[in-house]
Amino acid sequence: MSTPQETPAPPARNGKGGPPLVRLVDAGKRYGAVIALQDINMEVSAGEVTCVLGDNGAGKSTLIKIIAGLHQPSSGTYEVEGTPVSFSSPREALERGIATVYQDLAVVPLMPVWRNFFLGNEVNKGPRMDIPAMKKMCKDELLAMGIDLRDVDQPIGTLSGGERQCVAISRAVHFGAKVLILDEPTAALGVKQSGVVLKYIIQARERGLGVIFITHNPHHAYPVGDRFLLLNRGKSIGYYEKNQVTRDELTGLMAGGAELEQLSHELESAGGAAAEVGRSLEQDVTELGIVHETEGGTSTGAATAATQQEGSSRP
Amino acid sequence: MAQTTEAPVAPPPRADERVGQKSTLARLFARPEAGAIAGAIVIYLFFFIIAPPFRNASSFSTTLYVTSTYGLMATPVALLMIGGEFDLSAGVAVTSSALCASLFSYEFTTNAWVGVVVALALSLLIGFINGWVVVKTGIPSFLVTLGMFFMLQGLNLALTQTITNQVASPDISTLQGFGSAQKVFASSFTIGGVNVRITVVYWIVWVIIATWILLRTRVGNWIFAVGGSAPSARAVGVPVAKMKIGLFMAVGFMAWFTGMHTLFQFNTIQSGQGVGNEFVYIIAAVVGGCLLTGGYGSAVGAAIGALIFGMVNQGIVYAGWNPYWFTFFVGALLLGAILLNTYIRRRAEASV
Repeated sequence: MSTPQETPAPPARNGKGGPPLVRLVDAGKRYGAVIALQDINMEVSAGEVTCVLGDNGAGKSTLIKIIAGLHQPSSGTYEVEGTPVSFSSPREALERGIATVYQDLAVVPLMPVWRNFFLGNEVNKGPRMDIPAMKKMCKDELLAMGIDLRDVDQPIGTLSGGERQCVAISRAVHFGAKVLILDEPTAALGVKQSGVVLKYIIQARERGLGVIFITHNPHHAYPVGDRFLLLNRGKSIGYYEKNQVTRDELTGLMAGGAELEQLSHELESAGGAAAEVGRSLEQDVTELGIVHETEGGTSTGAATAATQQEGSSRP
Repeated sequence: MAQTTEAPVAPPPRADERVGQKSTLARLFARPEAGAIAGAIVIYLFFFIIAPPFRNASSFSTTLYVTSTYGLMATPVALLMIGGEFDLSAGVAVTSSALCASLFSYEFTTNAWVGVVVALALSLLIGFINGWVVVKTGIPSFLVTLGMFFMLQGLNLALTQTITNQVASPDISTLQGFGSAQKVFASSFTIGGVNVRITVVYWIVWVIIATWILLRTRVGNWIFAVGGSAPSARAVGVPVAKMKIGLFMAVGFMAWFTGMHTLFQFNTIQSGQGVGNEFVYIIAAVVGGCLLTGGYGSAVGAAIGALIFGMVNQGIVYAGWNPYWFTFFVGALLLGAILLNTYIRRRAEASV
């Protein structure tokens, strides 16, 4: 069930040739009777960014939890560097180099930046911590990522959201992460801050890490991504390499063509100002080339041609 | 590990325009124990002025002794609070431990040290149960330890009554090993003509150890982390459950230590004593800058909080006031400290 399209893969960086760092094959997750995730295929190799796109409730969090080792897939397989794995805790995933940077779980706000940076991985000198060395390493590592912090002794809660994300990212990089899972790192950020975070994602990629970037914003995903997995209601609605899809197609798919069109109709029929919004939405739909499918199935759009990669998407 | 080799050439160090010059005073006030230090100075001066006997070195030594009996417990209680939990059973646990040592060695006519060891096991077990229930169930420690508080209080009274037919434990001063145990737990020595109780020394040593652990070791880092944000701590691999259970057991350990002091100081233990002391420990920690919500505070602060307690406790006596004023003072101190701490923390956390 592997994706055979290795040929148009992005230019070789380090690690090319070996099996992907992380690969899911037909992975699914059920919570009792609820199917949270079904038949997901994806992979990330060293020096690549795989973006996972999906609206709220699409199954992104479940996917992260599986990769991060919090949950085990209830069907399908999860491979790390070619060997099937079954993690029973995030710690085990971490030992294999899979680090997760959660949206808000990553830091303790009242603790200084350097303490947060080394939390759980303190550098000891005899029975005590080597504090000067830790502060210096923290400062240097942040500088290497291009973050010039005022003072590593300040509580991390006083940093901006973007800076906090970056500290968490550089922490994972410093502690030898091979694969970085970023859970909506740009969700709560402004335009400029998001740009900063995207810059660090690229920097992590250049350092040879595999990055799994979870987002619901195709405008953030497209510039940095090498592969794109689109999720909707727990299912994959497309898995593309960068050269198989355009930004607009991605946006169209994300927006869920049919739903968007229906929404525009609803708004229009509401009349008044809402109708105005509806008309503008409809225009977007047309511009994005979203084809409405009448049989009420999944709405693949103009990108249909590019979809149906063998085994990688299941309508 | 460190992939700093790829680092771009570090920009030349420069003064960052975003850092406002912080005055030394502002830096000092950003520390958790700042409010407590200010309060301690005010209270010391207050009693120094209105109560002439308070000025003697010997009465200050007595004040320190009273302080140390609170301070010994306030130290682990502060660590526990920094770790995000409470222990309401800490006050009666001291009595439980003392009663256990006393009754065990008396009833089985063993060496006093045997009772001491049995009591240690009991105290650690109480701490473990508190911690284990809190960690396993996720029930707030306030409720778990409140339950433990009442259970221990009942056990103290009921078992003592059943075993001895009295409300106090028998005098154990005739037992073998009593003398040596008393030397360890309840002796005193003289420096420059002033009698100093050994608990003062223990207290100061424990405060230093606790401060060192908190600020200089990995365990200290983890204590701050589990209290500041347990999910974050767990996410980076900190053993949250073990840390919390360990902190509860540290409180148990010190309850044993304090209990042993009480036992070998007075030879006998009233089964009803200790009730209410848990609040004194918690208040000392809060006055010393510990946040009720965890993740912030200091052992030195708790020590100063205990000192404030000791000074008020003795100052009222030396000033010749009705001792009932004491609880009023305690309440006022707590309220004042919380207001001050909130204010200080907001300033300390305020973005530049």
